[in-house]
Amino acid sequence: MTYLHDIGKYFLMIKETFVKPTKGKVLRVLIFKEIDDLIIGSLGIVAFISFFVGGVVAIQTALNLTNPIIPKELIGFASRQSVILEFAPTFLSIIMAGKVGSFITSSIGTMRVTEQIDALEVMGINSLNYLVFPKIVAMCFYPFVIAIAMFLGILGAYIAAVYGGFTTADQFLTGLKDDFIPFHISYAFIKTFIFSFLLATIPSFHGFYMRGGALEVGKASTTSFVWTSVSIIVVNYFITQMLLS
Amino acid sequence: MIEVRELRKGFGDVEVLKGLTTSFDKGKTNLIIGQSGSGKTVFIKSMLGLFRPDSGKILYDGICYSDLDFEEQRAIREKIGMVFQGSALFDSMTVEENIMFPLQMFTKMKKTEMRERANVVIDRVNLENANHKLPSEISGGMQKRVAIARAIVNNPRYLFCDEPNSGLDPHTATVIDNLIQEITKEFNITTIINTHDMNSVMEIGEKIVFLKEGNLAWEGDKTQIFRTDNEEVTNFVYSSNLFKMVRKAQNAQ
Ligand SMILES: Nc1ncnc2c1ncn2[C@@H]1O[C@H](COP(=O)(O)OP(=O)(O)OP(=O)(O)O)[C@@H](O)[C@H]1O
Ligand SMILES: [Mg+2]
Repeated sequence: MTYLHDIGKYFLMIKETFVKPTKGKVLRVLIFKEIDDLIIGSLGIVAFISFFVGGVVAIQTALNLTNPIIPKELIGFASRQSVILEFAPTFLSIIMAGKVGSFITSSIGTMRVTEQIDALEVMGINSLNYLVFPKIVAMCFYPFVIAIAMFLGILGAYIAAVYGGFTTADQFLTGLKDDFIPFHISYAFIKTFIFSFLLATIPSFHGFYMRGGALEVGKASTTSFVWTSVSIIVVNYFITQMLLS
Repeated sequence: MIEVRELRKGFGDVEVLKGLTTSFDKGKTNLIIGQSGSGKTVFIKSMLGLFRPDSGKILYDGICYSDLDFEEQRAIREKIGMVFQGSALFDSMTVEENIMFPLQMFTKMKKTEMRERANVVIDRVNLENANHKLPSEISGGMQKRVAIARAIVNNPRYLFCDEPNSGLDPHTATVIDNLIQEITKEFNITTIINTHDMNSVMEIGEKIVFLKEGNLAWEGDKTQIFRTDNEEVTNFVYSSNLFKMVRKAQNAQ
């Protein structure tokens, strides 16, 4: 029952976020600040993870291709498919649920427990719009992060496969272009876009409606991470079912 | 003027405010006093609409605030200045940005005008050399003063202060008390102050409401409070050793 109640509250929160907007000038500054915190601030870790995981995907594929009938082109093909379809959009979003999500929950949660949200509301400011809306807008740039991750993931795979001596550059590139279905890119970005919305709103929900003190802020961040990643996994399942099968 | 009628507020099974009826005049410094836990903060927050009262009415200059929804309350809220018990400064903003915040939100001032106005109130609360510091870099007493500056910067029509001078040294506390009183007179605003500081009561207690376990136990002003026979009030007032001595001296005369 409480879950149903919370889900209802979550949707009401989203509705509330888009009404009674804050002054445009103020909002613009907030959006830039969030882009800096949430998007620019994540680029480093995303680049690092994508590059190395891309490399590992290539090595794993290569090492498991012991049967000589299977062409080496498969390494490029498999790396592309796994990076574009799941690794960049889904796996990285779960990492972002930890990085961006816990940042959002703890910053909003701290504002709640130190009465900063009350201070906004006393002045008649729609605190949900003030706090959450800029995060949603900033996260609209999240697909760019994932695009970079796709590129670096495949680059990592290429370097690991070619310079690791598992395949030649030609073979890898042929595999990379083999059976390419453009819709897979659309599918990946459609789900990335939905994840970006989840990444902005679920942690905000947990921060905004929390009660208690500093200890509870920590607990709320953990809970928010769990729920954000669960939602991403579930949504991923349904989108894949709907779009690819 | 703010009127409160039969205000009740509870959390779960616990009733914190048990039917309060009183009024706070314009141009006066109205004090709410009472022991820790007597419901002062809950009272102020219910008047502000941060807590929705269980029953009762709050009237701001005749307008029934408690019946309005958030959107309709907005016009009044923009005219409210509030100093929270824990200051509630925005910790991502510098002192100056905190103080300029209401101006940024509700006026069309240019940046330089805002900065000028902010510096006027910064002077009034005796805050030097802190403009570009973050709230975490200044002392608790300074944070209080920033909170007061933020509350008064946009010339509010209603000023609420939840223990504005707790955590301040006696000198600064007096400065703040006097400042609040000056502003109240100067702009003829309705000021409500929570306190358990007897010095403030003596200095600026033009109207005093005494809360005891969520009931309104006594009302009066600063001269009456030292003469009343109400035992609960005298227990509170004379619980401090200083005032016990004063009373002894008075009785001896
Ligand atoms: N959000 C809340 N949820 C539940 N109970 C609360 C809440 N806020 C306050 N209370 C209860 O209401 C009572 C009055 O609290 P309040 O904060 O108003 O006291 P106070 O008079 O302001 O005390 P102090 O002088 O220490 O600030 C306390 O018993 C407190 O436990
Ligand atoms: Mg209090």
